Amino acid sequence: MIKKLSTKERMALQRTKMPELDPQIRSRNFEEVNQGLNEESAIQEAQRCLRCKNRACVGGCPVQMSIPEFIGELAEGNLVQAAKILRHDSALPAVCGRVCPQEVQCESKCIRGVKSLPVAIGYLERFVADWALKNREKVREEISPTKTGKKVVIVGCGPAGLTAAGELSRRGHEVTIFEALHDTGGVLRYGIPEFRLPKEIIDIEVAGLVEVGVKIECNVVVGKTLTLDQLREEFDAIFIANGAGLPQMLNIPGENLKGVLSANEFLTRVNLMGAGRNENVATPIIKGHHVAVIGAGNTAMDCVRTARRLGAERAMIIYRRTEAEMPARKEEIHHAKDEGIEFVFLTSPLKIIGNNENWAQFLRCQKMELGEVDSSGRRRPQAIPKAIEDIPVDVVINALGTRANPLLTSTAPELKLNKFGNVEINPETGETSLPGVFAGGDIVRGGATVILAMGDGKKTAESIHNYLRQK
Amino acid sequence: MFEVLENEILAPELHKLTVKAPRVALARKAGQFVIVRADVGDERIPLTIGDADVASGTISLFIQAVGASTRKLVKIPVGGFIRDVAGPLGQPTHIEKWERVVCIGGGVGTAVLYPLVKALAQAGNKITTIIGARSASFVILEKELTALSQDLQITTDDGSRGLKGQVTRVLAELMTNPESSPSAVFAVGPGPMMKAVAELTRAKKIPTIVSLNPIMIDGTGMCGGCRVDVGGEVKFACVDGPEFDGHLVDFDLLRDRLATYRDQERKALDRCSSDKCKIGS
Repeated sequence: MIKKLSTKERMALQRTKMPELDPQIRSRNFEEVNQGLNEESAIQEAQRCLRCKNRACVGGCPVQMSIPEFIGELAEGNLVQAAKILRHDSALPAVCGRVCPQEVQCESKCIRGVKSLPVAIGYLERFVADWALKNREKVREEISPTKTGKKVVIVGCGPAGLTAAGELSRRGHEVTIFEALHDTGGVLRYGIPEFRLPKEIIDIEVAGLVEVGVKIECNVVVGKTLTLDQLREEFDAIFIANGAGLPQMLNIPGENLKGVLSANEFLTRVNLMGAGRNENVATPIIKGHHVAVIGAGNTAMDCVRTARRLGAERAMIIYRRTEAEMPARKEEIHHAKDEGIEFVFLTSPLKIIGNNENWAQFLRCQKMELGEVDSSGRRRPQAIPKAIEDIPVDVVINALGTRANPLLTSTAPELKLNKFGNVEINPETGETSLPGVFAGGDIVRGGATVILAMGDGKKTAESIHNYLRQK
Repeated sequence: MFEVLENEILAPELHKLTVKAPRVALARKAGQFVIVRADVGDERIPLTIGDADVASGTISLFIQAVGASTRKLVKIPVGGFIRDVAGPLGQPTHIEKWERVVCIGGGVGTAVLYPLVKALAQAGNKITTIIGARSASFVILEKELTALSQDLQITTDDGSRGLKGQVTRVLAELMTNPESSPSAVFAVGPGPMMKAVAELTRAKKIPTIVSLNPIMIDGTGMCGGCRVDVGGEVKFACVDGPEFDGHLVDFDLLRDRLATYRDQERKALDRCSSDKCKIGS
């Protein structure tokens, strides 16, 4: 029996620390860094939640998860109930619990954060979701929905598509997902490394969807294998969620030297193809000794930490601003530092200089200083005259971000796009300029986050459901 | 899973696989390719769609067994499966009616050339085809290409078949005569061959289309590994190509970038040649 705590006792509890693999060891393997809480510490952490009336945390969540409710059940030791609440609110809680930037979302609104540290909502979500994955028979929904006979096709098997698939199939629609790559998960699989999100989690979540009747077909490149028009003939509604898979180039001299690659290429080789992680896979990877990653977002962190794990002696982040302006999650920066990642701030690449065999050899950089505050609210970096530095490198990874992939949109001229090439939607419904065709996730937002894509998947599934009911 | 219905040896190390892929067969146009992965753990490799038959829902792939992955593909028996076939990818060949077209295939490039010749012939072009090969036994698709061409010429490096020497020898000769000088040239083959062809036609400004084969992973524009320099602009061969204006392509860069993984490829091949090969198993 779990002891009921007084408010004073709750307030006295300190935030639980996430057990992590030792940095010395983990920086040489791909095992998950965060080991997860055990039941005892999870329940104790849940008891820190004050169950406040205004549920500020929920307002901070892009998918409005019932946070105090699931934490309340967990605090009482009711894991089944807690898991059911999560499962109802999110198709991929084990993913969110790992990769969501809780510190700027739910946890940033937590009242406990005012005087001490917020409730570790992310850790708790992950704990309950992982428990549910291991105890699936206990949380399985018994009610099978009445079949509507409506057919929905989802383009892209990433976070937006998977979330929408779960929501729509729960409402009785027949759902088919077409995925261009040979495996499921989209960016969750090709983008996010194993040490942050074990691929097994995606496999289990996807298997759960297949179990409830979602059909997933890989190797179907919509726009090429099948056109949008063909889909419109065959299905009652379409959800385009094919992501922002187009890398932005550096546009500096030397970009085409050997050893210079995009974050997408580097991560796809390692994450999707298994290069460097498993000696039995055929896809090669360059294991750089001195690796420079240009950029400061989560993708840059993923690249630099992956490079370190592949054996880089120096794995560096090259960023023209300072740590305070880094868009990456605090946790990723902290983990990276522990793993011996070097941060080279106020440094902006000018060109990549090759050796006599055209392999990258030096990254020539301009040293910067911070000037006035710019339109982004951050201090603008400006060049320090004549401060040039050549950093020895053998691999340079460009992690400047991605844009919407035009593969589908360029073959569907009637689909309205904005000036960035993103699909234009009605923000209320997610519907595009074509009736019955909806879109969400990065193809609408450009490069954003997993949770925003999932939020789109959930919200758009709701409007697709409404659309189909009226049809 | 995509069933292999036929596996024919056309030349040493060069196989033609007929693969069941109805959607690809229906959607493909000349010049497009597929990305295939033999099995779990294998590489994704781009292969030009040699031909397609909509009625039977099949495509043909010409595969030269040069590396570990291609060696594995050609070993798939009839009734066996290729795990992944995605496509058709890339832009279709721009087909129009020129006066006279010269189509040049070098080595396995001849197989890539074949669907182009077919499409050009269907559009009513008068075609001279030149096949370049190492030696007589490496000459492929001679019968098929002869049927589509007004004239077909063969060159081999060792002179064991046709003219001894390079394909450019034949092209240069055709260009000397205004009667036979082409209004467009299509060239598919090793980089140096395409470069030599492009250099030859440059002065006379004869439009010259080449098909590039850079390193590729996803084939959908996602990784940028296949980037090539065309007229000073970065293009992705997988979505912008694979065919480009030969006069604008930086062939030296292409060749250089193709060498990126040479060491690893050699090691993989060594492993595969030994009994300990585990790749893909």
